Amino acid sequence: MARSDVQLMLDVKAGDEQSFALLLQRYRSPLVNFLYRMVRNREQAEDLAQEVFIRVYRARADYVPSAKFTTWLFRIATNLALNSLRDTRHQRMEISLDAPVTGDAEDGDERTLDVADKHPDIEQHLVEETRKAMIKHAIDKLPEKQRAAVLLHKYQELDYGEIAKILSCSESALKSLLFRAYENLRVELAPLVAKG
Amino acid sequence: MGKMGCSRMEKQMLPFVDGRLKVSEQREVEAHLAGCAACRVRVNEFRAVSGLLDELPQIEPSGAFDARVRARVAAEPVKQSWWAVFAPSPRAAFAASLLLLATIWIGSRPGNVNINNNAASNGTAAQSAIDPNDLPVLENYDILANFEPLEDLPQPVQGDDSDEVDGNQAM
Repeated sequence: MARSDVQLMLDVKAGDEQSFALLLQRYRSPLVNFLYRMVRNREQAEDLAQEVFIRVYRARADYVPSAKFTTWLFRIATNLALNSLRDTRHQRMEISLDAPVTGDAEDGDERTLDVADKHPDIEQHLVEETRKAMIKHAIDKLPEKQRAAVLLHKYQELDYGEIAKILSCSESALKSLLFRAYENLRVELAPLVAKG
Repeated sequence: MGKMGCSRMEKQMLPFVDGRLKVSEQREVEAHLAGCAACRVRVNEFRAVSGLLDELPQIEPSGAFDARVRARVAAEPVKQSWWAVFAPSPRAAFAASLLLLATIWIGSRPGNVNINNNAASNGTAAQSAIDPNDLPVLENYDILANFEPLEDLPQPVQGDDSDEVDGNQAM
């Protein structure tokens, strides 16, 4: 039976390095994906994810399982991402989010699931790539806190209480935040929503 | 329970789309949707948005990611607890042990016991160190020994200081 996150963390606290390796294996991909969607840069996302793991490791001696491990983990990740976005805001101002959607330069390193092999039709392939680019662009355009809420809700499947704790707001405020985020996405993705 | 309005639906709409509402809340939302075309449209649009978000591919961390994290963990200084500040180093502990043993050894030497005992019974030792001939009263010891009124007194009980008495008598 797989050990729970909390148990693994308690084992890390007791000096078991192997348990830390298991936590790393369990959360490396979710963290990198979350951070990548937040900061929109793969290299930076990996650096931040490393920082999250290091902070978890440093805090092992003081770890008390007072909340879910994922709440703690993604709270660290969210704070790091928001701080990083704040620190690099001036750089990002130069790259307008309103630039036309022409595919995604950063998505060159995304896993494309061999779309070309599955869909020999080049036109169909282009349609799918454009669709993905639009979705990514719509997420990127969300205000930072809305984006964090959507990513934690949709991709990490955390419950509302957990996300509220991560974002330091009430559950009611979180639901309003998510409603506004989905409203923005609905407007941004209107062409696709209408087709769907 | 009052009838739900569109404004209250805002907070319930996404949990409804997710299927994360309690049964009672879900029924309430369904009742509202049955009579509100605008909210029905919005719920369907949110479902479509949620479906679109599912299409976004996930990325995989680079191959060097784990190695970099492990290297950083290995480079972390060994963290000591707050109490470790008071914990002696092995070298200091060894030195302290040697000092303690030396103190015990010195303290247990016989000469020191006598010194301590002499110090403790300082008065008695001082008395025994005095030459009886130096005392004026003892210069007339023969007079005292033959002092007639003393003969009527009872003989002293022989106690712990009998040795001392004997010693004095021997002198």
